[in-house]
Amino acid sequence: MSGHKTTRLVEVRTKILKENDVAARALRQRFEDEGVFVVSLVSSPGAGKTMFLEQTLLRLRERYRVAALVGDLATENDAQRLARAGVPIRQICTGTVCHLEADMVRTALRDVDTAKLDFLFIENVGNLVCPASYDLGEALRLVLFSVTEGEDKPLKYPTIFNTADICVLTKMDLADVVEFDHASALNSVQAVRPGMQVLDVSAKSGVGMDAWIETLCGRAAR
Amino acid sequence: MHELSIALNIVEIAAAEAARHGESAVSAVHVRLGPLSGVVKEALISAFEIAREDSPLAGAELVVEDVPIRFYCRLCRMEVTVASLQAFVCPRCSSPAGDILSGKELEVRSLEIEA
Repeated sequence: MSGHKTTRLVEVRTKILKENDVAARALRQRFEDEGVFVVSLVSSPGAGKTMFLEQTLLRLRERYRVAALVGDLATENDAQRLARAGVPIRQICTGTVCHLEADMVRTALRDVDTAKLDFLFIENVGNLVCPASYDLGEALRLVLFSVTEGEDKPLKYPTIFNTADICVLTKMDLADVVEFDHASALNSVQAVRPGMQVLDVSAKSGVGMDAWIETLCGRAAR
Repeated sequence: MHELSIALNIVEIAAAEAARHGESAVSAVHVRLGPLSGVVKEALISAFEIAREDSPLAGAELVVEDVPIRFYCRLCRMEVTVASLQAFVCPRCSSPAGDILSGKELEVRSLEIEA
């Protein structure tokens, strides 16, 4: 048998993102114990996450204790914008990493007393692909897409829509200008995630924001 | 693209496992991949070729097993594979997919090591 190599099969059965899953589970448990409702936001770059978040924070801050973490590749511009809402903001600069991971969230929260919060928002890096793989310990994941992106966005990025709980259609104030086909967009969402709740909003004009806040508070009260 | 960091994780997991078996040379790493994992198979295979360089896995091939998205259809009273990612319904009766039984997999299943 010289010259012949025999191989044997060794069972491994290890989840590749086990470390992230463990960290996310610990975060979720912590948030539940502390009574803070954690919402993450994912979308492509430019879908209006920061504007939507800013308007959400402004509406919540009168009645609730709120804070936000924002992930960005390189700049702190989003955190600076959000700081105008007058609530605690932490920036996570991911460098070259195209998504947030549970451990980045844990680290960013090191000096944040989350037990004193009612809501914590986590704005992911603008990317409709990579964030789908990483659980952040959130209770609710929003996927945003704007009327300027095309009605078939969900069909092109089905996985991220599948991992999200609510779809937010943003920039509704521009719908007529870009001849947005609302029915077609809804069909796209339902094709990849049947039964998914869809909210139409314009953070700029305020349309739909009250309904969103009501939905959010309803989910948090469950 | 996060496939490179996933590939580096695979190399790390496989190298640790190989070390437990006496530093034997690994000829193949078998992974299970579901479409809902958010990882693209072709990108992962390319990334693995970079990730394995200068590692104990340098001579290893990545073998990807595609795991279908399965769910139990209440109308058909049987387990089915979703029609497609763009039609998340039962292929027989078109009712919406319920609780997912498989399709999120992203795991190192086994190693082929030289005995």
